[in-house]
Amino acid sequence: MIRRVPWGFLVFVAALGVPALGSRFYTFLANDVVIWTLFATSLNLLVGYTGLVSFGHAAYLGVGAYATGILMKKLGVPFLFAWPAAGVFAGACALVFGFFCVRLTRIYFAMLTLAFAQIVWAICFKWNELTGGEQGMPEIPYPDFGWIERLGARLSFFEWRTAEYYYFLTVVLVAFCLWALRRIVHSPFGRMLTTIRENAERAEFIGVNVRRYELVAFVLAGAFAGLAGGLFGIFNRGVFPDFAYWTKSSEVLIMTLLGGMNTFYGPGIGALVLILLNQQIVSYTEYWPLVLGTVLVVLLFGFPGGIAGAAGALSGRLLRRTRGA
Amino acid sequence: MPDPSFVFAQSLSGLTAAMFLFLIASGLSLIFGVLRVLNFAHGTFYMLGAYVAYQAMLWLGPGPGMFWIAALGAALTIALLGGLVERLLFRHLYGKEELYQLLFTYALGLILSDVAKIFWGTQQKSVSRPPGLTGSFSFLGATIPQYNLFVILLGPAIALAFWFVLQRTRVGRFIRAAALDRETLGALGTNVDALYTGVFMLASFLGGLGGALVSPMRATVPGMDTEVIVEAFVVVVIGGLGSLWGTFLGALIYGQVLSFGILFFPRFSIFAVFALMAAVLIIRPWGLLGRPLR
Repeated sequence: MIRRVPWGFLVFVAALGVPALGSRFYTFLANDVVIWTLFATSLNLLVGYTGLVSFGHAAYLGVGAYATGILMKKLGVPFLFAWPAAGVFAGACALVFGFFCVRLTRIYFAMLTLAFAQIVWAICFKWNELTGGEQGMPEIPYPDFGWIERLGARLSFFEWRTAEYYYFLTVVLVAFCLWALRRIVHSPFGRMLTTIRENAERAEFIGVNVRRYELVAFVLAGAFAGLAGGLFGIFNRGVFPDFAYWTKSSEVLIMTLLGGMNTFYGPGIGALVLILLNQQIVSYTEYWPLVLGTVLVVLLFGFPGGIAGAAGALSGRLLRRTRGA
Repeated sequence: MPDPSFVFAQSLSGLTAAMFLFLIASGLSLIFGVLRVLNFAHGTFYMLGAYVAYQAMLWLGPGPGMFWIAALGAALTIALLGGLVERLLFRHLYGKEELYQLLFTYALGLILSDVAKIFWGTQQKSVSRPPGLTGSFSFLGATIPQYNLFVILLGPAIALAFWFVLQRTRVGRFIRAAALDRETLGALGTNVDALYTGVFMLASFLGGLGGALVSPMRATVPGMDTEVIVEAFVVVVIGGLGSLWGTFLGALIYGQVLSFGILFFPRFSIFAVFALMAAVLIIRPWGLLGRPLR
């Protein structure tokens, strides 16, 4: 019976209800979680499902954020076109970079993704005319919510602000992306990625063009990361070179691992836990990296399956015990 | 065309930077070559070396020779710390997936750098140059600080000593054997665990020494570890992971590209360095002087 619960839908409805709690801060945190969920889930397509450890996933977040930011701020393109453009630009970037990356294996793959991400970062950092350079590009406009605001004024149950409208929009768009990613993962194509992760050599023997599959996975992961970036830039009210720096790549890897790589919703759980934990710890102590490092060491040695993996094992054990009794 | 003395000075400053990078990157490369782990925490060992040297200078006070005692003491302290880390934590990583190794060493770096922040705060620390090397002299119209010259001479000396140990001594033969085939070496009766600890300590020593020697030239600040580790990655990737002379060459190239890049294309010098790294990985993933991994 438990299997029938539509968890995805319930979480979606719960997420939409967050602004009703009335706290601007909760909405802000929830928005952060939602965007990082998409970013981490896109990485999981590579790391968890295809077995490719990318250490430069922040590059695509950065490209997406800059694409949407530049289009909306400098060229006045509406969000409706500027946001999909983030996915297109990041996907194109991933296609070029991925073409070279998938030729390498293991540690060299990780190193090349890192090198490309640092190239993106260096360009964002130095190309002042286009990207605003070191200072970044502040004051990215919000999407135009005119018609919804008029509708909201007519209904006037709650007094929503632009930040909350943006939050609703983010939840809906991310939910759509996650649905698409889930379809991809459970499609025959997604199954083939898992086959490649388990045994690339054998996949090649049965006639699979491993490199091409890996490249498609790389491009898809990059495109979805770009879409997350497009939302992230507007959410942060600006885009900065930091978005593409390698520490962002390690942050999202940690989220993915913390939540659990072998499950679809694991990275989302990781994003939620890490952001809430950060917010709690930072109010007590400035030594957040120390706490994060310790959590990570415990996780790596104690729970290699992440939170989702540990919860799955626990519920499995409980279920067996209740059946046995 | 800028005038020749300026070009000369620029290339010497690139050379100085290269020698520091070599000290750090050679440890990184050694750990990867033998232990097969890419150690993100190595940059933090470098930073700790600088902090410990600063602390030792505070205790010892000024005086002839005190800087050298402090630098050597710092490097030895970091070597001991490295030994401890290897024995207690690293040991469990060998043969695991790259992702776990990378994230573990990253976590270790986070922890250690925050511990440094607890001890030394966020204010930048600096150490004065050792007496006897405070001056500078002119050569071909360029002014060269004596300390820089000392560093430029020390780099090749350490590379040669390293080469001699690896190629001409019994311990070096064991290290090379461990890099090739750990199981066989163990089956032949060598204590591979102790050898690994020793290799890790040597690499940490080099990292700590690099940090201690850089402290009179650049301020010691939190965050210098994440910056230097990426530079060291670039160096070892260009030269070849696990190759001593490759690392040396990689450091030389990095230093020159960066210092002349700043001269001619100030906007694209960082870009050039990473583009070079990507190009090497694409054309020769095992680096200029490295050998393909099995």
